[in-house]
Amino acid sequence: MNDTDGGSRLRDKTYITRLIGQFGPLIGLLFVWGLFALLMGGDFIRWDNQRLMLLQTAVVGTAALGATIIIISGGIDLSVGSTIALGTVVIALLLKAGFPPILAAFGGVGAGMLCGAAVGAMVIGHVGRVAALIGGGLIVLWTIGPLGTVPALLAGLAGAGAIAALNEFFIKRVPIAPFIVTLGMWGGLRGLAKGLGNNQPVYPDSATWLTDLMANTSGGLGAIVAPGVWILLVVALLMAGMLRYTRFGRHIYAIGSNEQTARLCGVRIGRSKMLIYIIGIGCAGLAALLQFSYLSMGDPTTAEGYELRVIAAVVIGGASLSGGEGSIRGTMVGALIMTVVDNGCTRLGLDNWVQEIVTGGIIVAAVALDQLRHRRPTGRITTEKIHLT
Amino acid sequence: MNPVPGTVHGPRLRMEAVRRSFGATVALDGVDLTVESSEVHALIGENGAGKSTLMKVLSGALLPDAGRMMLDGVLYAPRTPVDGRAAGVAMIYQELSLAPHLTVAENILLGREPVTGPFVRRGEVRERAATAMSRIGRPDIPLDLQVGRLSAAEQQLVEIARAVATGCRVLVLDEPTSSLTRTDIGHLFDLVRRLQTEGIAVVYISHVLEEVREISDTFTVLRDGQVTGRGITADTQLEEIVTLMVGRDIHDLYIRGERVLGEEVLEVRGLSGSTSPHAVSFTLHRGEVLGIAGLVGSGRTELIRSIFGLDPVRRGAVRVSHVPCSTPPMMWQLGAGMVSEDRGREGLAAGLSLADNLTLPRLDGLGPWGLVTPAGQERAAQPWIERLPIRCSSPRQKVATLSGGNQQKVALARLLHTGSDVLLLDEPTRGIDVGSKALIYRLIDDLACGDQVAGIAPRAIVVVSSYLPELLGICDSIAVMHRGRLGPPRPVADLDEQAIMLEATGTESTGTGEAA
Repeated sequence: MNDTDGGSRLRDKTYITRLIGQFGPLIGLLFVWGLFALLMGGDFIRWDNQRLMLLQTAVVGTAALGATIIIISGGIDLSVGSTIALGTVVIALLLKAGFPPILAAFGGVGAGMLCGAAVGAMVIGHVGRVAALIGGGLIVLWTIGPLGTVPALLAGLAGAGAIAALNEFFIKRVPIAPFIVTLGMWGGLRGLAKGLGNNQPVYPDSATWLTDLMANTSGGLGAIVAPGVWILLVVALLMAGMLRYTRFGRHIYAIGSNEQTARLCGVRIGRSKMLIYIIGIGCAGLAALLQFSYLSMGDPTTAEGYELRVIAAVVIGGASLSGGEGSIRGTMVGALIMTVVDNGCTRLGLDNWVQEIVTGGIIVAAVALDQLRHRRPTGRITTEKIHLT
Repeated sequence: MNPVPGTVHGPRLRMEAVRRSFGATVALDGVDLTVESSEVHALIGENGAGKSTLMKVLSGALLPDAGRMMLDGVLYAPRTPVDGRAAGVAMIYQELSLAPHLTVAENILLGREPVTGPFVRRGEVRERAATAMSRIGRPDIPLDLQVGRLSAAEQQLVEIARAVATGCRVLVLDEPTSSLTRTDIGHLFDLVRRLQTEGIAVVYISHVLEEVREISDTFTVLRDGQVTGRGITADTQLEEIVTLMVGRDIHDLYIRGERVLGEEVLEVRGLSGSTSPHAVSFTLHRGEVLGIAGLVGSGRTELIRSIFGLDPVRRGAVRVSHVPCSTPPMMWQLGAGMVSEDRGREGLAAGLSLADNLTLPRLDGLGPWGLVTPAGQERAAQPWIERLPIRCSSPRQKVATLSGGNQQKVALARLLHTGSDVLLLDEPTRGIDVGSKALIYRLIDDLACGDQVAGIAPRAIVVVSSYLPELLGICDSIAVMHRGRLGPPRPVADLDEQAIMLEATGTESTGTGEAA
């Protein structure tokens, strides 16, 4: 395109669009909140209700933190809901097996990180290695009863080796789109959760502090908002800092904006993506801890459809599904907007279906606004080409 | 379909006093353009001169603020590109607009399929496509082939066939040769001449003045939205056209200062990729600018990418400052940097800021405790913005909103920011205006010469280019690539364009004792 249509108008426009880009979601949140406050007054604006809404945001919000870095890098995670379900089951099982609560909590987060490692490995092309690990694991599980521990481990090792060798010989590396990988995980992890939980909820034998994270404590910080909300806030700050102030954070944006450029500039794409998915889906594991705390049990059927709520929060917050754009602040605001709508509609006595329609409308409107922001006179890199068709 | 030539009086196309501004910027300031039928008219100008805006107005993509257009003496006022096409104005852009998964025939008739009710009359589609393909002289391209399987040159022909099939009266070719080989360019020119005899008026936009001279009958030069000259191509010297384009003489465009050869910093030994390059070896010293010439497709870009570790290497080794090196991160660390030939797809991240793009290869030291602060990135970018200079509103500006020349300067500034000793530049001046070109030539020379007073060591530079005058102007020696093999570097004093072309096309094979 031509560089003649620059000038002051462009700068003004960039300035305004940047303002909208930074504060658009926040304005949206204030608008929605103000609307319900007007409609309901005291009942809605009570501090108790604010506290409740923060609590209601905790699970989706925590998972959305991870989804934000994944989406900024140009990826997507459709397996959030299944990961959360799996996480709650893992935590419950660990508690049941007598592990101390802290280890069980780490187990839940670790399960998420493991899922992330698997996703990352497949996204960068190591499907064979993941298949080898899973295959080996399954063989061990099946044979450990009839054969005993040592032979089962050997069989598993042999199986994994065979799969890995076949992979090295025939396919080596096949990168798969994150959409597909996590669509597979969406089904697979849900199945795993049901399998582990024997198709039913898993109740830990005794109550621990793990089930107190989603309620206010009688004293301390937890008296202001529940510990789960503090967890969300702290992790959000950490993630925001990481995205903005670390080399890894800048690399995430670069990969999402243009992976080829990132590669040219010496960014280690494979390693970065592994890390992005491990941290990103690890957040879903952390969300699982909060969900477990909320439910007081491991439920393989919980968090169904959360993946879309999480993506909606990120997108309402101004991230681009094609990567390179997005922020933690935006995502937090996006998640809050959805909670406010749900909470407000419920308090107004509106039916569930109204809430769903309103949320749907907000998602589309947010993205439409975002598109508007992106439509500007000169928007592409060119070597003197123009596009019309 | 095709209007009978010669039945109407007046020119095929007349654009009169066309004005168009964007905000305060006047892109077109009363431009006149007249093209007769059966004429090839070259539209020449630097980037930003207003060529693209003018052609957008012609196609209907932009509405003019003032002025009018006549087609064959009839008022022509398209409001959309669809109007333009219906009136017989067809545009062929550098980037093709075909549906790669549809067949040749489907593409040619796309949007205008003959139908009975909801059903496409497939026989007629084929018939009409076949007519179009034989009119452009390529009945041999199978109509049922997916367009994505054709070469770039053939795809362009399909697109021209589509224009012909719609009965176009004015055909606009925008930089049509940028991705073509020499042979394909010849074929394209044959086709243009053939369309010319059918009475079609051709508007030919190109940066390559040699091509303009070869193909066009008449020309119009634009600068800053105004016509600075027009005339008959055969009667005009290229130098005159260049002066009209840039508004100044460009005698000292190419500069080559005093260069002192220093130590060896790049060694390429027997480097082979999957198809190209093939067993390439050379060494490069500080203070040396090596040009790599060759036809498009001869493996020049693959060579640079293999050296930098972006393309898979099957055999051979690369050493930077005597250290073996095979991946981009290592390259940057050891002091080698690269500028990609494809700014849009690889060179730059369009959505990120100038500062982000510029500092991406080296983010350390841009904040306290190993962190990277946006302010630190901007501080690091600022000196290069001033020194090159890069025209922008702030380091935070998105790269996509910069002009082509300034974008390229960002890509180059990256290598300055990392302090690269070895610079691999693939088509560093492609598609940028003459002013930016001059700046880049000067920069390359400055880097190669170094500055002993300021204690700046000379750098070693490889320049790949399709534009031979540029290579001859700025390099110390030039090696020619042909079918993946790199010939021996020779001092530019011993070379001229003809000698390079002969070697590049493989016609020069005897007598030089050249080892493969």
